[in-house]
Amino acid sequence: MRLFRRLWPYYRPGWLLVTLSLLQIVGASLFALAQPQIIRYVVDKVLTDGNWSWLLPGALAVVVAALIQGGLRFGQRYTMELVSQRVIYELRSTIYRHLQSLSFTFYDKAQTGDLMTRVTADVEILRQALGMGVVNGLMHLGTVTGIIIAMFFMSWKLALASLLFIPFLVHAISQFSQRSRGAWKAVQDQNARLSATIQENIAGVRVVRAFAREGDEVAKFGRENGRFQELNLAAIRLNSFWTNYMNFLTALGAVSVLWYGGRLVMAEQISIGTLIAFNAYVAQLLNPVRMLGWILSQFVRAGAGLQRIYDLLDTKSDLKMKADAIVLGRVTGEVTIEDVAFSYEGGEAVLEGIDLTAQPGQRVAILGLTGSGKSSLINLIPRFYDPTAGRVLIDQIDVRDVTLESLRQNMAIVLQETFLFSTTIKENIAYGKPDASMDEIIAAAKAAQIHAFINSLPEKYETVIGERGVGLSGGQKQRIAIARAILTDNPILLLDESTSAVDVQTEHLIQEAMDRVMQNRTAFVIASRLSTVMNADQVIVMEQGRIVERGTHAELIRQDGLYRRIYELQLKPAEEARQQKGVAV
Amino acid sequence: MGWGGPGAFRLDEYDVKLRDINPKVYRMMWSFVRPYVGRLALGVLLMAATALTGLVGPYLVQQAIDTFIVEGNVTGLNWVAGAFLITAFLNWWSSYGQTYIVSWVGQTIIYDLRERMFAHLQRLSFRFFDSMATGRIMSRLMSDVDAINQLVSSGLVSIFADTLTLITIMATMLSMNWRLALVSFITVPVLVGVLQYFKNRLRDAFMQMRRRAADMNANLAESISGMRVTQAFTREEQNQSQFNQINEQTRQASMDAVTVWAMFIPTIEVVAAFGVTLVLWYGGVLIKGGTPGVSVGQVAAFILYLNRFFMPIRDLSQVFNVFQAAIVSAERVVEVLDQKPEIEDRPDAYDLPRAEGSVVFADVVFGYKPDQTVLKGLNLQASPGQTIALVGPTGAGKSSVINLLARFHEPRSGKVLVDGHDLSRVTQQSWRSQLGIVLQDTFLFTGTIRENIRYGRPDATDQEVEDAARAVGAHEFIARMSEGYETQVNERGSKLSVGQRQLVAFARALCANPSILILDEATSNIDTYTETLIQEALKRLLQGRTSFVIAHRLSTIRSADRIYFIDDGQVVEEGTHDELLAAGGRYADLYLGQFTALDG
Repeated sequence: MRLFRRLWPYYRPGWLLVTLSLLQIVGASLFALAQPQIIRYVVDKVLTDGNWSWLLPGALAVVVAALIQGGLRFGQRYTMELVSQRVIYELRSTIYRHLQSLSFTFYDKAQTGDLMTRVTADVEILRQALGMGVVNGLMHLGTVTGIIIAMFFMSWKLALASLLFIPFLVHAISQFSQRSRGAWKAVQDQNARLSATIQENIAGVRVVRAFAREGDEVAKFGRENGRFQELNLAAIRLNSFWTNYMNFLTALGAVSVLWYGGRLVMAEQISIGTLIAFNAYVAQLLNPVRMLGWILSQFVRAGAGLQRIYDLLDTKSDLKMKADAIVLGRVTGEVTIEDVAFSYEGGEAVLEGIDLTAQPGQRVAILGLTGSGKSSLINLIPRFYDPTAGRVLIDQIDVRDVTLESLRQNMAIVLQETFLFSTTIKENIAYGKPDASMDEIIAAAKAAQIHAFINSLPEKYETVIGERGVGLSGGQKQRIAIARAILTDNPILLLDESTSAVDVQTEHLIQEAMDRVMQNRTAFVIASRLSTVMNADQVIVMEQGRIVERGTHAELIRQDGLYRRIYELQLKPAEEARQQKGVAV
Repeated sequence: MGWGGPGAFRLDEYDVKLRDINPKVYRMMWSFVRPYVGRLALGVLLMAATALTGLVGPYLVQQAIDTFIVEGNVTGLNWVAGAFLITAFLNWWSSYGQTYIVSWVGQTIIYDLRERMFAHLQRLSFRFFDSMATGRIMSRLMSDVDAINQLVSSGLVSIFADTLTLITIMATMLSMNWRLALVSFITVPVLVGVLQYFKNRLRDAFMQMRRRAADMNANLAESISGMRVTQAFTREEQNQSQFNQINEQTRQASMDAVTVWAMFIPTIEVVAAFGVTLVLWYGGVLIKGGTPGVSVGQVAAFILYLNRFFMPIRDLSQVFNVFQAAIVSAERVVEVLDQKPEIEDRPDAYDLPRAEGSVVFADVVFGYKPDQTVLKGLNLQASPGQTIALVGPTGAGKSSVINLLARFHEPRSGKVLVDGHDLSRVTQQSWRSQLGIVLQDTFLFTGTIRENIRYGRPDATDQEVEDAARAVGAHEFIARMSEGYETQVNERGSKLSVGQRQLVAFARALCANPSILILDEATSNIDTYTETLIQEALKRLLQGRTSFVIAHRLSTIRSADRIYFIDDGQVVEEGTHDELLAAGGRYADLYLGQFTALDG
């Protein structure tokens, strides 16, 4: 219950509609009681006593009562849905906003599928519970209460006799909801596991085939599939046993009405009409009671979903925001990294004792082995992560003192893994500046050496890429990502070019693009191209999270260190090639 | 077989008309149901028992009122009450048994169907996977199969149970009092009209709701996967308003569906009340007129029957929806099962013995589509132990050569021979288990690093796994991790960097101890320096095995024993690095071009 109380702020604006809906529920429940009473009247006063003038009005009253009741039922549902759908809207919107505020640390661990279920499946169950569940629950509760009261009014003895089964029913419902919760949860978990097995098999199809492991994959799937079948059957069995038991209990009520009521009629304590009305009431009890059990389980599931949603909403971004954070204007581009250490959550140190200053317009090339901390270092500048010690300053202002938005609006970033959205190329390039003009977009594409390619496509800039559209090669994607960064025209460029999934010709194109982009910007480049290194104002060589060498290319080449080794392995072939070229020409 | 690519599958929308369904689908469905017909028949029998025991109740009530209560016969009343109790008890167990048996059949059919689809997927060509997004294949295995189950376990049962109930009730009513019965039946056309009206509106409304939900899913999936880009470009506000728009549309669609539904149920209840009115009024008229055989008890029983009479009619109208959904889903399932595997072992295929590793491509012609030829009479050969580098522009056919060598496809004409064995004559299993492939996109399975390295040879010892990791230079970073080889990784696990994942893939290939090794752009995700460091490891990997390497870094290519320059589906130059450089042809241009660019 405490779970649901947290939803109250969402409901507050719609309290008037909620009240209206509740009133209609009360009204509809009252009218639901009318039918057996009218029937009772017609049977006793008209059919038995022969008061024939009341026959037609009495019969018509049944349909009129049903019409009014129907109108109220529609109203109660509609008004409640108006509110709850709005609540759901707000909740989804809040979750989405929250997702956007979470840091990279969160996304390093999060699974897309899991996050999606919270916004879709969990919210959907909640939607059903809050709309249909609340309305029907209250309605059935009202109906049951009304019927019981009416029964007591007609004959308290018969009412007691016919309601003897209620305690058993309550017991059955509580047993059922407890056991089935566990059973269905097991089914859902296994469903997820089965889906994951399929998903992984499909995504990894090339590896499966390459290693000829199809047989094992089929066997693995068979196990999960069989387990799924077992769990499903167990849940169905449970379900079927208990719901039919509940039906049986209600039938017990009908039997006691007949058996004991018959005696009461014989003793002339009640009329035949009352007996028939009792029968009708007991029959009417069946559905609401069963539905209440179901709605209860619905709320239990919704509660579990709500818990998952709150868990997400209560996850705070590990980036602490200052209340008095200032808005950073356009910076000149001086970047200072002061004695910075960094480790990922719960992990070993990734960076240690990093000191580094880049003057406005300088180009800093970062080299090092895979896993030496290059990407981690670059990620600290736009505050994707906070350092565990030390400071990062932009124009002598600590990045933690400014708003995230204004900080990142000074950055043009090309990430290691190129991610493009499945929309048009135009919108992808304009991603960071949605109001860019077509001329600006084309200029950025030209600078990134991708304009000619885009123009060769039938729909040019309107070409849709991604799952439903044209597939692009790694190099093409990378150049679009570069165009996207260029278009923002921000003073600090962060570029991770350590992966270069491109062929030789493309590499030239990208390189030219990059040289153009880096002009007049402070640039941090994780370098894999020699020209980048040779043209850099500072070269940083990293090893196991520390800067082991720094200087210009000319300085470093004279030392006998890691850079020299990289140079030898890299540059020697280039030197040779140049010589051979001299020979060949 | 249809050709891949977008649009190859027509059934991506659910609103397919029933009459367009291929009759084959029904045959296929039947073939899955047939083994369980006996059990289904038992289910139907139990169902009949359930329906009958359920119907006896009102009849007993009527008997009790008209005969025993009016006459004051207490013993008779006891007997009737006892009979009522027994039928209720029987009803409980027959209904339980029926649900269980039918569900068992439904679940077993699901199991069979999924098993068969999954096994079939293992034989389909990559083209199929390229043409259909993972999510869509999955929805066919999961939700479509489920829709078929709905038909078997609730649809079929409903058809039998409801029809049976309906007939029994109608017969009972007619035999009790045909006049009252006929008057009650007046409500049937009204009810059918109401159902018809709502059926279409409900379907449209819910369809709309599902579409909106799908939109929202798509938006979310991309938002979450692209969150880093979004934050890097501070696009949060735009994305929020885009999402809000979709969210609002979803709310609208959901509201519309709920509104129709909120009208539907009360309308049915009004029709039911109308039936009660008719019975009361006409029953009164009959009693007033002194028609023989009409009693108050009968009127009471008719009112009870009316309620039970409406339920099956309502259910039957929904069965049609279930049926329609199931048939469309079945066609989507059949569509997958009907995809022919591109490559099947010949009936007389034999196991390839452990290969020495000589490879010959003889006049190989190949294309992915009939109207397109990628390889145009390609010839090449590799002696055992040689490293062969394939070089050439994008789209020249390098990857096709490798796909044919792995026998992921077969040549249109010409032959691919290994140790003189025509690959199309050997079993796929025996050939691929000798092959080690490292692809550009490193895919790791959920599990530990150890399990991943062992993937190609599940019986490799821990020592062998670690040796493989050491040989490719992966041992050091694995050992540094707190859980070492037991570290859990997954498809996009962020614990490993891209380069580290690539090294694990190298170890995996090495651990399988292949006789022929294929490296397809395998080093492109490793930075140049690391690549140079693993050159030694690579050499060890390549040693003693025939290897085919596609690489974009010419430094990797230089050390190959033989270089084939492929352009437009043919070998245009071949030789060693020095020979080709001296020849001053295409390869020399490319090689020198790369380093010229480095000048500046």
